[in-house]
Amino acid sequence: MADLKLTNVAKSYGNAMYVLQDINLDIKQGELVVFVGPSGCGKSTLLRMIAGLEKISGGRLEIDGQVVNDVPPAQRGIAMVFQSYALYPHMTVRENMAFALRIARKPRDEINAAVERAAKILQLEPYLDRLPKALSGGQRQRVAIGRSIVRDPKVYLFDEPLSNLDAALRVATRIEIAKLKESMPDSTMIYVTHDQVEAMTLASRIVVLANKGIAQVGTPLDLYERPENEFVAQFIGSPAMNLLPGKIVETGEQTRVDLDGGGSAVCAIPTQPGDKGKAVNIGVRPEDLVASQSETPLFKGKVDIIEALGEVTLLYFESQGGREPVIAKFTGIHPELRGQEIGLTAAPEKVHLFHQGQSMRP
Amino acid sequence: MNLDLLNSPAVLGVVTIVLGVSGCVGYFYFSNLILDKVIFPPRGRNAGRNINYANMVRPWLFLLPALLALGLYLAYPVFKTLHFSLTERVPGGGNVWVGAANYQQMLKEPKFWEAMRNNMLWLIVVPALATAFGLLVAQLTDRIRWGNIAKSLIFMPMAISFVGASVIWKLVYDTRPAEQDQIGMLNALYIFFGGSDPQTWLTIPFWNNFFLMAVLVWIQTGFAMVILSAALRGIPEETVEAAIVDGASPLTIFFKIKVPQIRATILVVWTTITITVLKVFDIVFAMTNGQWETQVLANYMYDKLFRANDWGVGSAAAMVIMLLVAPILVWNVRNARNEMR
Amino acid sequence: MNNIAGSKSSLTWIVHITVAALVILWMVPTVGLFVSSFRTADQISTNGWWQALFPSEQNLTLRSAAPETQIEQDGLFVIEGRLFDDGVKAEISVWGITSRNIDAFKPGETAELRKGGTITVQADGRYRMEHTEPFTGSRGSRVFVTATQPPKFTLENYNKILFEKRNVDGMGKAFLNTFTVTIPATIIPILVAAFAAYALAWMDFPGRALLVAAVVGLLVVPLQLALIPLLKFHQDIGIGKGYLGVWMAHTGFGLPLAIYLLRNYMAGLPRDIIENARVDGATDFQIFTKLILPLSFPALASFAIFQFLWTWNDLLVAKVFLIDATGQTTVMTARIIELLGTRGGNWEILATAAFVSIAVPLAVFFAMQKYLVRGLLAGSVK
Repeated sequence: MADLKLTNVAKSYGNAMYVLQDINLDIKQGELVVFVGPSGCGKSTLLRMIAGLEKISGGRLEIDGQVVNDVPPAQRGIAMVFQSYALYPHMTVRENMAFALRIARKPRDEINAAVERAAKILQLEPYLDRLPKALSGGQRQRVAIGRSIVRDPKVYLFDEPLSNLDAALRVATRIEIAKLKESMPDSTMIYVTHDQVEAMTLASRIVVLANKGIAQVGTPLDLYERPENEFVAQFIGSPAMNLLPGKIVETGEQTRVDLDGGGSAVCAIPTQPGDKGKAVNIGVRPEDLVASQSETPLFKGKVDIIEALGEVTLLYFESQGGREPVIAKFTGIHPELRGQEIGLTAAPEKVHLFHQGQSMRP
Repeated sequence: MNLDLLNSPAVLGVVTIVLGVSGCVGYFYFSNLILDKVIFPPRGRNAGRNINYANMVRPWLFLLPALLALGLYLAYPVFKTLHFSLTERVPGGGNVWVGAANYQQMLKEPKFWEAMRNNMLWLIVVPALATAFGLLVAQLTDRIRWGNIAKSLIFMPMAISFVGASVIWKLVYDTRPAEQDQIGMLNALYIFFGGSDPQTWLTIPFWNNFFLMAVLVWIQTGFAMVILSAALRGIPEETVEAAIVDGASPLTIFFKIKVPQIRATILVVWTTITITVLKVFDIVFAMTNGQWETQVLANYMYDKLFRANDWGVGSAAAMVIMLLVAPILVWNVRNARNEMR
Repeated sequence: MNNIAGSKSSLTWIVHITVAALVILWMVPTVGLFVSSFRTADQISTNGWWQALFPSEQNLTLRSAAPETQIEQDGLFVIEGRLFDDGVKAEISVWGITSRNIDAFKPGETAELRKGGTITVQADGRYRMEHTEPFTGSRGSRVFVTATQPPKFTLENYNKILFEKRNVDGMGKAFLNTFTVTIPATIIPILVAAFAAYALAWMDFPGRALLVAAVVGLLVVPLQLALIPLLKFHQDIGIGKGYLGVWMAHTGFGLPLAIYLLRNYMAGLPRDIIENARVDGATDFQIFTKLILPLSFPALASFAIFQFLWTWNDLLVAKVFLIDATGQTTVMTARIIELLGTRGGNWEILATAAFVSIAVPLAVFFAMQKYLVRGLLAGSVK
């Protein structure tokens, strides 16, 4: 169980091709940190660099205060769970779990005890003498996790461990991982996923990666409520946050923005007098938009398409000026709204303010 | 202990297996051990650097025995043969440089040109027929229930040695005097269908080449069939179904939909058989030994090397075979490199 | 595709018939040799092997029992018995007592013997000779019959070829020699190639792509080029012609295919498994022995079969690197070539010898066809 510290870590293939740059990250013991980001953002590469499966091209990686840049994977005190489970197909579940300890020439009793303990935690006892091909997908995933528990590592690394499972199993296994983390409060875990539900539900902190670097680090609710930039704002939450361009017309404790589309928004973020006239984007999440009869709504438009999801209804408004259509999420079922002209507004504390892509929240 | 027993080849064989296997395993095990424990130990101040060094050296440890064997048994002989082909052995040992004299002498021999002509015939006929038959069988057996048994039986000659196949076919071509019952199938059929006198098939110049080629076609068809059958299975079923819906006849589907999609595989099969043909030796050696105008390059070369003891001309003939293989070699290497990328 | 509505059954029949014809065409030559190896020299030279499968009508010259077996019954001297050996089933259609008139009588009829007395022959070969005076002479009298005999096969040829020690045409020793060549020549290249293939598939080092390309190139180099340089090399280092030389030669010649096959297979193993083993602390050597080797079993088996068939069936390498003037180390293929020269017309010897050498590869072929096919598919350069 240990801390992990990345300082200016970079990854490049060849000379100029940087895929990751200036990664600075402090992970404390007991945290479950989730790396998310669009595909190709380098999140798996970063995880593999921590594991030692990819060379680190620049910067420092410390585990427990020791620089481990040149230490081979096995000696870093990490364990990794792969997306494809990576079970050894010719070994039984027991042999799979015991493999690392056998390599380390641990005594037989110790190996057996560790395997039994892990099997018990993961309810794998009945399957210990089966081959991986005789297991279901969920069971295989549990074996892969068990294999890492057996090694009692300082840091657990998970590389999209749930993406090969079907939807129902994914939810069940996600909850199991959450329970597992709860049962081992001291262990440090790093988890890579492209699924933001996994990220939001599991993480103690989320690291959003984009554009060769870290876009924001924070707790799940932090990222949801206080995104530091437009990228994070749009990446977290589904459907994505609406961004509407406008100009600041009033500054002070609250800020008023006149939108290019004709609407007007009030936002609970304080601004300086010098900010007046700045071109900004306001951001409002679809679930924060409410219907309004006001004379000066935030947005007014005709409902183009309705998606009824049961507990909520998504309203897609006709797009204006070639921009992404505004989306609103209303609770309940509203088939009658299609084709209607509706005004929308939002509470000032739910309105985000971005200038040149960055949040203006102090 | 009995000394004879010790000298018997069987015991020698067992000893060689044990020595060879334990030698290989021992080499790999101990060289790794020495690398990790003695030369670059992963401890101390330079632990990280040492591990990197060890990992740079290790691939070469794994490769070394194979590289030595490949170099000595395949790469070196190519150059040595080239050297031999340009020199003449002098009595008492040693070679003298003679330039292209061996080649000139070879080009003047009618037997060489006969071998060249026959090899060209083989090159055209055998790959074409074997591939065609293989494709036919692969396609036909694809749809029938006992197809796998049929394929297995047609594939079977692959396991038979060229020498064994030569004996098998010599019986087919056997000739008895006219007044006796024919025991060779071909003559029996020939007489049955109204042929007058039994023929000695293998001594009819020019045509006897085709009787020899039949043996190789018989053997290689199975190879072509296996590869092409897998390729046919790999064709997306939807393209065929789309063609059926479009109203294409089975023949059209085969020639216009299926064959174009496996063109690359057909080429591979063709070239592989071509290489086999260029090296063909045993069949001619066993059935006619190059008499009655059936000489081929490989047998011509063998004649020169081991019967006439003329290493110069023999090596020159070997170089001609190498030259004929070279385009395929280059093509294969280029494909392999493209695939690696 | 058999489910498609409205497909014509006549077309299906044509397919069945064509395939059957091709299979027969491909099988018949081998079957011919196989059948011949179970026939006696006489049988082979009188008619074609295809006639051996059915009851055949033959003209035979047989002899009754000798006069010393006669008994006296009611004043008549009688010899009784059966013309055929015990256990032989045959049916006589016509018979005679002179070579000029072999079809003079029908079964059950009685003929006057030249030296006096009569003989009656039944269809199944039983006969009865009667005479008022004792039969004289040391031998029985000749009977010419035309009889239909069921197919008759013998294992005698195999017995002679394999187990008769004195037989100059024997294959027993050559059979053992072939085994001696084959087994080490199959096992050793596998090991050498497996390590190299692992390095080429899973280790990173400069020049790797070049080496793979070189292996592909060596795959097609004709081994004819290697004969003289290597023979000279073997003589220079003192091993000359012999088993050691032939094992080394087969190892060298087999390596390109072995490396190519195994590398392709190993490169297809899932990367995650190997990385997981690295995280688990396995060294390259451990990854190789504990993971790669067991997981590569299908490819190893494929190559083993190839190399076994190739070394077993080889003629050229054995002739050049193994067989010396004493002929003690000859292999079966070389033996058959010699027999073709010395016993060109003796098909009972040739057929049996050939089948002795073909039998083992055929058994391997039918037992392990799956691996052979897999190897072929992986081994043909794409």
